[in-house]
Amino acid sequence: MKQRVRYYDSVGSRVFDVLNVLFLSGLAIVTVLPLVYVLAGSFATESEISSRPFFLWPKRFVTDTYQYIFSTDTFVRALLTTIGVTAVGTVVQLLLTLTMAYPLAKRFLPGRALVLNLVIFTLVFSGGMIPTYLVVRDLGLLDSYWALILPLAINPFYLIVVKSFFQELPEVLEEAARIDGCNELNVFLRIVLPLSKPIIATFSLFYAVGIWNDYMSPLLYIDDNKKWTLQMIVRQLTAANADSANVLQQLETVTFPEQGLKFAVVVVATLPILFFYPFLQKHFAKGVLIGSVKD
Amino acid sequence: MATDLVPEVVQPAAGTSRQAPAPKRKRRTRAQPLWRDLLRYRWLYLLLLPGLAYFVVFKYLPMYGLTIAFKDYVPFLGYSGSEWVGLKHFHELFTGPDFGRLMFNTLLLALLTILFVFPAPIIVALLLNELRVNVLKRSVQSLVYIPHFLSWTIVASLTYLLFSVDFGVIANWIHSIVGGQKTDYVAQAEWFRPLIVLQLLWKQTGWGTIIYLAALAGVDSQLYEAARVDGAGRWRQFWHITLPAIRPTIVVMAILTSGHLMDSGFEQIWLMTTSLNRDVADVFDTFVYYIGITQGAFSYATAVGLFKGVVGVILIFGSNFLAKRLGQRGLF
Repeated sequence: MKQRVRYYDSVGSRVFDVLNVLFLSGLAIVTVLPLVYVLAGSFATESEISSRPFFLWPKRFVTDTYQYIFSTDTFVRALLTTIGVTAVGTVVQLLLTLTMAYPLAKRFLPGRALVLNLVIFTLVFSGGMIPTYLVVRDLGLLDSYWALILPLAINPFYLIVVKSFFQELPEVLEEAARIDGCNELNVFLRIVLPLSKPIIATFSLFYAVGIWNDYMSPLLYIDDNKKWTLQMIVRQLTAANADSANVLQQLETVTFPEQGLKFAVVVVATLPILFFYPFLQKHFAKGVLIGSVKD
Repeated sequence: MATDLVPEVVQPAAGTSRQAPAPKRKRRTRAQPLWRDLLRYRWLYLLLLPGLAYFVVFKYLPMYGLTIAFKDYVPFLGYSGSEWVGLKHFHELFTGPDFGRLMFNTLLLALLTILFVFPAPIIVALLLNELRVNVLKRSVQSLVYIPHFLSWTIVASLTYLLFSVDFGVIANWIHSIVGGQKTDYVAQAEWFRPLIVLQLLWKQTGWGTIIYLAALAGVDSQLYEAARVDGAGRWRQFWHITLPAIRPTIVVMAILTSGHLMDSGFEQIWLMTTSLNRDVADVFDTFVYYIGITQGAFSYATAVGLFKGVVGVILIFGSNFLAKRLGQRGLF
């Protein structure tokens, strides 16, 4: 290492290093700056948001906006809905993914190749938005929370990664269990699942983030604004094509300063993701995903 | 991310399915009928069943539903009761006023993505690779990965909060420098594409570096040592070792990108579409939603979606074929 540093001592190399450090630090800062600004804005007064050009710390620290949104039915209901759908959805997705991946990992299973090809084909081609919508409608799932879960119940890509993971588990353990009289179900429940904790943790996070962030499903399948998720509220308040008057009316904010409200709603919708982010990063940094992809 | 990495996985899957069954287990012969397999592996099939049901109901039933692209679908009459109309909807699409605009918008966004969004993670990964302070490298990585996990709704909101005409920070900042009339960046048509590219850069650049950094981490450090012994400077090491090391990855990612030229990202575009920018914003994905869900023209919308899907399949297989012809390892 020492030699390397001495070797690079040329002027050009030094200059490059300095510029590189500056550029990458700048990039990292620019990336997170919008988030910090929104966080600061959510604690600022309405007049500060409209008068100060840019700030990362409010002059006067207020929590009005949060107190306000947590006192409205519309927002609290959306928050609880989102939490509930995310929790139930993640469990359903994990169950279906794990149970399907296990038999697909068994190379001796007749019919496995056919099912696997059926799965892979869906990665290349799909029925698309309208036919899927019609299936959901015909199942009577419109305006049902299940419409936010079931159509996305298995991510084929995750399924294949989990399958590859199962394939790499030492066969010896499973064989030993079978000799001891375990049937395949018990092998799966008692041997395979306990060994799969890291991958279960990873994919519960990925699935949960997916549902939490999902905007297309509620847009397609949920009409009743009492069943809106957080993403719908965020969009209605602050997207380019926002219909904020409608929501503001629902939030009964006729007299309430609305700009700070938008900041606070964005913060609440982002915070859980940022909270879990270190775990997310830890898992993909471990190479769980990339490792299995390369296999 | 999901779809981007998939074909890497496809290969082993397809390969293994061709392998002979484990030697200990007997292959099914004609003497052993299907039910015997079913009985023998009943637990495995039982575990497979819910997942399989999901794929049948939510992936393959919609494919059957694609038949309404060739019918005049009336909800009351159902799939089979509705009348066949052949290629009427496709004729309507190709000769109608929307097709040219949709194609142009979709392809222009794809082109902008290839020009600006595709190279960004490669450049950042290469620069990160040259960072010699590990703590800094890890901190930068941790920060630039964050946006990948935020929803498009949040991205659209941030864009609005930063660029909106009344209190957007960046909008005001630009205004204070340039002066003149205030521009409504979020609503105006001419700012639609730059903002879309900016959003993609912000959200995906960091995450996109992962795959290149993985390739860079795999380079044998002896190569660099040998090059230094031979008197190669930093630039020549980069040019002759680092760059060739990630070339296969770049090619694979390029193939994947070109396979998705027609996918514009429904959520992103839809959230940025306003009444003022619809002419430049409409792409196949959002048009399907608009025509199908908002206006209820299910058959026509399905035909548009089917057209897009078929072109997508052709692009994926075409780019893969091309890659193989160019001597690269194909994806499947």
